[in-house]
Amino acid sequence: MTGALADTWWWPYVMILVAGWLATDVWRWIGVFAGGKLREDSEMLIWVRCVATALVAGLIAKLILFPQGVLADTPLWLRLAAAGFGFAAFLVSRQKVIVGVLVAEVLLISGWLLLDGVI
Amino acid sequence: MPPPDRAVTFDAADQDLPGRVWMLRGARAAISLPAFILTAAFVGYAGLARESGLTLVETLAMTGLIWALPSIVVLTGALSSGMGLIPAAIAVALASVRLMPMTIAFLPLIKIPGKTKTWQLLLASHFVAVTAWVYGMKHLPNFPKEGRLPFFIGFGGAVTCFVFCITGIAYLMVERMPPVVAGALFLLTPVYFLCSLWGAAQLSVDKVALAVGLVLGPVLYLYVPGLDLLWTGLIGGTVAYLGTRIIRRGLS
Repeated sequence: MTGALADTWWWPYVMILVAGWLATDVWRWIGVFAGGKLREDSEMLIWVRCVATALVAGLIAKLILFPQGVLADTPLWLRLAAAGFGFAAFLVSRQKVIVGVLVAEVLLISGWLLLDGVI
Repeated sequence: MPPPDRAVTFDAADQDLPGRVWMLRGARAAISLPAFILTAAFVGYAGLARESGLTLVETLAMTGLIWALPSIVVLTGALSSGMGLIPAAIAVALASVRLMPMTIAFLPLIKIPGKTKTWQLLLASHFVAVTAWVYGMKHLPNFPKEGRLPFFIGFGGAVTCFVFCITGIAYLMVERMPPVVAGALFLLTPVYFLCSLWGAAQLSVDKVALAVGLVLGPVLYLYVPGLDLLWTGLIGGTVAYLGTRIIRRGLS
């Protein structure tokens, strides 16, 4: 059934509307209705912010350890070193995000090119 | 590039500015490092979308309608592998659950009880994604309450429009991206998230939650794939909250 449907031009748009837009925005709407009663300084909100922060942190670690696409071809230690030294540079530079990002990128690209040259 | 902290200060006269002005200020503040990095990440995504066989219109529809890069990547995989509607919706919904606690935590910042209308909040909530969320958590508390919602909508709207256009251009122009460039673009996002999330942490409890989540995320990914992010948030966030609460106020 899906085989025949998947061949029509409009099927991908149904997928994008239902499985993409609706499946994503529904969480934001639930968040609006659930969050409406919380006060800015309540203990409950501190907890919710902890949950959200830990969740995004988990996503960050996943993007570095189990990346999608071509980044998955690089050795794990190179990605960890690039991100780790980038974050250290960010802290040392009195929390300048641009410094952290640049250091990580320079390490990744130079490490990648060096490894390519060796192999 | 302007320093990201540029528009943070305001004086007493700003208190009564109309919403339009705040929206324009938000749009102007969108010309920033976070928006630049997000754009670079979407340029990387445009390459992935093209390789996966998505059309330009499909790529753009996903960019504008979903507006959360991890969910977009998941749906791209689902579309290119011919996954059914229900399994794809479940996969995307699981990748997007994080938006709910993020929105809940964000709401008290922009809502004025009894004054802000629900449709305004629903509109603003569409822009809740890591980039704008981190930016908002860091900068909005410095603004008068009346200005925060229009500022955030201006900021989110401007970033969305810009990223939307650049994604389209990148799709058309980038036939095949060199692997080093594509990989470097993919690494931008997590490193940027890591630094700015740390910078946006208001209390030490946020930093503890960040550290716990970093460790817990990959572990749970291996043991409960699919639901891993939700559990990382719930377990890691609760551990961080309880641990620092005991330090803050003892065992009361």
